[in-house]
Amino acid sequence: MQGYANPYPYILFILLFPVNGNKNILLITSFLLGLIIDMFSNSNGIHAMACTVLAFIRPNLFRFAFGISYEYQTVKIADKITSERVSYILLAIFIHHFILFSFEYFRITLFFTIIARTLFSTLLSFIVCLLIIYLIKPSKR
Amino acid sequence: MQQILYFFIKNSYRLLFLLLLGISFALIIQSHSFHRSEYINSANNLTGGVYENINSINEYLSLKEKNEVLAEENTRLKELLFNKKDTLLNLKKLKLKDSLYYTVTKAKVIKNSFNVKENFLTINAGEKDSIKNSMGVINEKGIVGIIEKTSKNYATIISILNTELKINAKIKSSNHFGSLNWDGKNVGYIQLIDVPRLANIKKGDSIVTGANSDIFPENIPIGKIDQLFINKQTNYYTINIRLFNDMTALGYVYIISNSHKEEKQKLEKETLAK
Repeated sequence: MQGYANPYPYILFILLFPVNGNKNILLITSFLLGLIIDMFSNSNGIHAMACTVLAFIRPNLFRFAFGISYEYQTVKIADKITSERVSYILLAIFIHHFILFSFEYFRITLFFTIIARTLFSTLLSFIVCLLIIYLIKPSKR
Repeated sequence: MQQILYFFIKNSYRLLFLLLLGISFALIIQSHSFHRSEYINSANNLTGGVYENINSINEYLSLKEKNEVLAEENTRLKELLFNKKDTLLNLKKLKLKDSLYYTVTKAKVIKNSFNVKENFLTINAGEKDSIKNSMGVINEKGIVGIIEKTSKNYATIISILNTELKINAKIKSSNHFGSLNWDGKNVGYIQLIDVPRLANIKKGDSIVTGANSDIFPENIPIGKIDQLFINKQTNYYTINIRLFNDMTALGYVYIISNSHKEEKQKLEKETLAK
């Protein structure tokens, strides 16, 4: 199945952005990140859109995964893989990919193709994201 | 006034989100309703330059393969040349430019794409190599696509693996026409639709480009018939074609320009206007 499941690990930037960082900066940088991906892949704004939406709903995802008082804890995603972090990353990747593929196909009759591609790519992106997190994780002394 | 300002400051985050969402949505809509977006494509100097650098490194990994393909093609062309009666074609002095119907330019694919529904390639030749919009692109095995946009040094190709592209094609043995269109599923296969049921075709027949096209010369190979279906709604054949070309590994391509195209189109337009 060549070309059917594609990982998009670049969204790790949005996922790993500091929890208490400036929201407006995150929004603008995610948009620009998506726009640059669009320029290189000839995809006309779909990555920009998916990234902007993901950056906007990121606080809600945090609240869903880590509970209501996530802002007062020092949540570091790159720390250790727990079930909360897995659910946060998986959900974020799924939402991003769903928006991405819906706007790529842009047709309601292809709903099942969209869902299938979203699921396969989510799985692949998730694995690649975990590998990258493990690779860049600073070693503890 | 103060109230309005206060409202903007209070909701700045949401307004910013809506603004960015609006911009990206406008880009998407523009690409679907109008011709391709002007700025967000890989024919510009920035992205084209980056892809060219990456490609110059990747090229080393497939040198042997490319050599073999070139040698094969050379053998075939030599064979043609030696069997040709007209030896005048060998003379360099002879100016063929004006009398040639098709002229061919070579270029290198510096960015390939096959994993989305609408695929575009980028090549390292552009307006300065006199490449223009809607010229045909082929390689030694078969057709690749059609030039979509050009800049000074680069051009993008709308790949045959693009669900929006339709190319006129025919079955080599029976001359029945149909239009070539990708269903977006498998990169090794492409679909030929609207072939009449009268056509006497079978598995393994060759599909080549048709004569109706202004872009491609006739009889450029495309692929072999793999499966045949009859569309229940229209009663036309839908044919699954195995491509000769491996669209996932493209190197050098040839751009074909048809010198009589404008003349032909002008004539057809005038005829219709009457």
